[in-house]
Amino acid sequence: MHIPDGYLSPETCAALYAAAAPFWYVALRRVRRMLNTRVVPTLSLFAALSFVIMMFNLPLPGGTTGHAIGVGIAAIILGPWASIITISVALLIQAVFFGDGGVTAFGANSLNMAVVGSLVASGVYRLLSARAPLGSTRRVVAAAVAGYAAINAAALCAGVEFGIQPRFFHDAAGAPLYAPYPLSVAVPAMLIGHLTLAGLAEMFITAGVVAYLQRTDSALLRLNTRATANSVEVARQSIWGAARPLWLALAALLILTPLGLLAAGTAWGEWGPQDFSDAQARARIASASGNQAPPAQAPAGLERLSHLWSAPMPDYAPPFLKSAAFGYLMSALFGAGLVILFFLLLGRLARAARGVG
Amino acid sequence: MKAIHKRDIAVDESESRVLLPRTRRRRRRLSSVERTLATIVWRTERAFYAEELARADGLLQHLDPRVKVCGLLLLLLDAALARNLPTIICVFAVALALALLSRVPLRTLAARAWLGAFLFTALIALPALFITPGRAAMRLPLLGWPLTEQGIQSALYLVARVETAVTLSLLLVLCTPWTHVLKALSSLGVPVVFVVILGMTYRYVFLLLQTAREMFESRQSRTVGALDGPTGRRLAAASAGVLLARTFQLSGEVYLAMQSRGFRGEVYTLDDFQMRRRDWLALAAFLLAAVALFWLGRRGFAPPSI
Repeated sequence: MHIPDGYLSPETCAALYAAAAPFWYVALRRVRRMLNTRVVPTLSLFAALSFVIMMFNLPLPGGTTGHAIGVGIAAIILGPWASIITISVALLIQAVFFGDGGVTAFGANSLNMAVVGSLVASGVYRLLSARAPLGSTRRVVAAAVAGYAAINAAALCAGVEFGIQPRFFHDAAGAPLYAPYPLSVAVPAMLIGHLTLAGLAEMFITAGVVAYLQRTDSALLRLNTRATANSVEVARQSIWGAARPLWLALAALLILTPLGLLAAGTAWGEWGPQDFSDAQARARIASASGNQAPPAQAPAGLERLSHLWSAPMPDYAPPFLKSAAFGYLMSALFGAGLVILFFLLLGRLARAARGVG
Repeated sequence: MKAIHKRDIAVDESESRVLLPRTRRRRRRLSSVERTLATIVWRTERAFYAEELARADGLLQHLDPRVKVCGLLLLLLDAALARNLPTIICVFAVALALALLSRVPLRTLAARAWLGAFLFTALIALPALFITPGRAAMRLPLLGWPLTEQGIQSALYLVARVETAVTLSLLLVLCTPWTHVLKALSSLGVPVVFVVILGMTYRYVFLLLQTAREMFESRQSRTVGALDGPTGRRLAAASAGVLLARTFQLSGEVYLAMQSRGFRGEVYTLDDFQMRRRDWLALAAFLLAAVALFWLGRRGFAPPSI
């Protein structure tokens, strides 16, 4: 999972550094507010701990062994924001000092494992454990699922990052300059390894530590629940406040969406029935599929099912808009708005269900 | 005195009797505890070796750390940006020359960087030889699979780039004490809080590594035979839990110790680096090389077809 130097193009690395930066900023601000002058010793020691836990060798079913990242434990005990910082620092020391993961790819590794991993782990854990008592089995199960989900989310991100390389970065003869596999190969390859082995290591260690702490030192499990109570208060006071850089990053990403127009052709496997009758589209499909000619007719099933649902904005451009770039932007705004609305609603429902709101 | 045989110790423990035959195999697989121990020892040794080499008498060791960090990062960037193979090999040659001038034994580089990186990357790049779309250069004798020119080129790019990057980043670590790397980072504009956290983390990594090593060693010395999977997993999780609790306690103590020495949340670093003539010359050489290699790397570059 630690992406070394040379697998991602510098452009991708720069973009991923930029994507991770607002999270680091918010995380440091939040953690500072919570810990005050304690921030330096606490974060340092927990970063050192994550580093050491990354070395633990875990026997897995089937006779193999695997390593965990420890992001599940960090997110559950410290909360997502402190976990982002500690895992990032541990990753940086690994990259600079021990050659695990590249220096240029540090932004990518942090985004995958520290940011996405922490947020997914903490979200899943909170969702599944809800208000279960600290000593309950439900919390152990929640921790297991959280660790497993976090690693696989991180692996998915890494797979996507690998997969976009050959499409954008190749030399004059068409030889990929960096990671050579397209999305259709990179994503399954990353996920199969993590769904089966690496994910299990993280699952066992996260659940195991929670179960151990339940028996011995449940005060540690309470740390983050109290902290979350505070941060929920803070978040409710101002949704804009601490999350401002995230909102700004979202806005920047929205503005950048017309970049999608640069992508040549159609994504592999996302063809419509009309593409099979168009000579140019057929040539593109063939060249993207290892020179395998597509069938002469569109597959009957595709033909039949494609009429089931026609999107209101086909190809990200509503028919009434003439400019493709503007259409893309509008679609992005609309899509992001829908997603945000969905989560706001979900949050309200969840609060209502708990009888807080 | 009668020599104590392992069988004598384990007569009554049914678990051990089942497990004993395994330990008698000539080449026993290492248990997870032993593997963890091996990793910990290996890491610690590696770090100590780097600290030792950083004090050696060579070219890079004599340079200002800021120049070193900037220069090696620029070369790393050159290797990443290059769009043709000869340029990447040039960067690799520069790295090799720097290693030789800094008295870093090539055997160290081969053992610590080249071999591992090559095996890992070659394994990853192997299928690319066949599945990258392009012109077939040759076919495998028996299976008849085509090796495409683009696939071969792509695998070469990947391997060359990875080897070069690994060499450069290892050079920085092998020729600079960690405290100097940190100071260089802070004088190059990285926020002081981050630098201090990095420094403290690095210091406590060794303490926690030692604690973990002692825990696993004591467990290993109390264990006869191999642990089964679930026990091994429970052991790893419990060890992580113990370390976590200790870390928490330790961070409280460290904080109190810092506070009693007057720490109030602000951090200052002593910055006593002085650029000498030699450093300016080295900086100029690094910049020149970086620009030349960048230019070389972009030649023959065609924009991706849209």
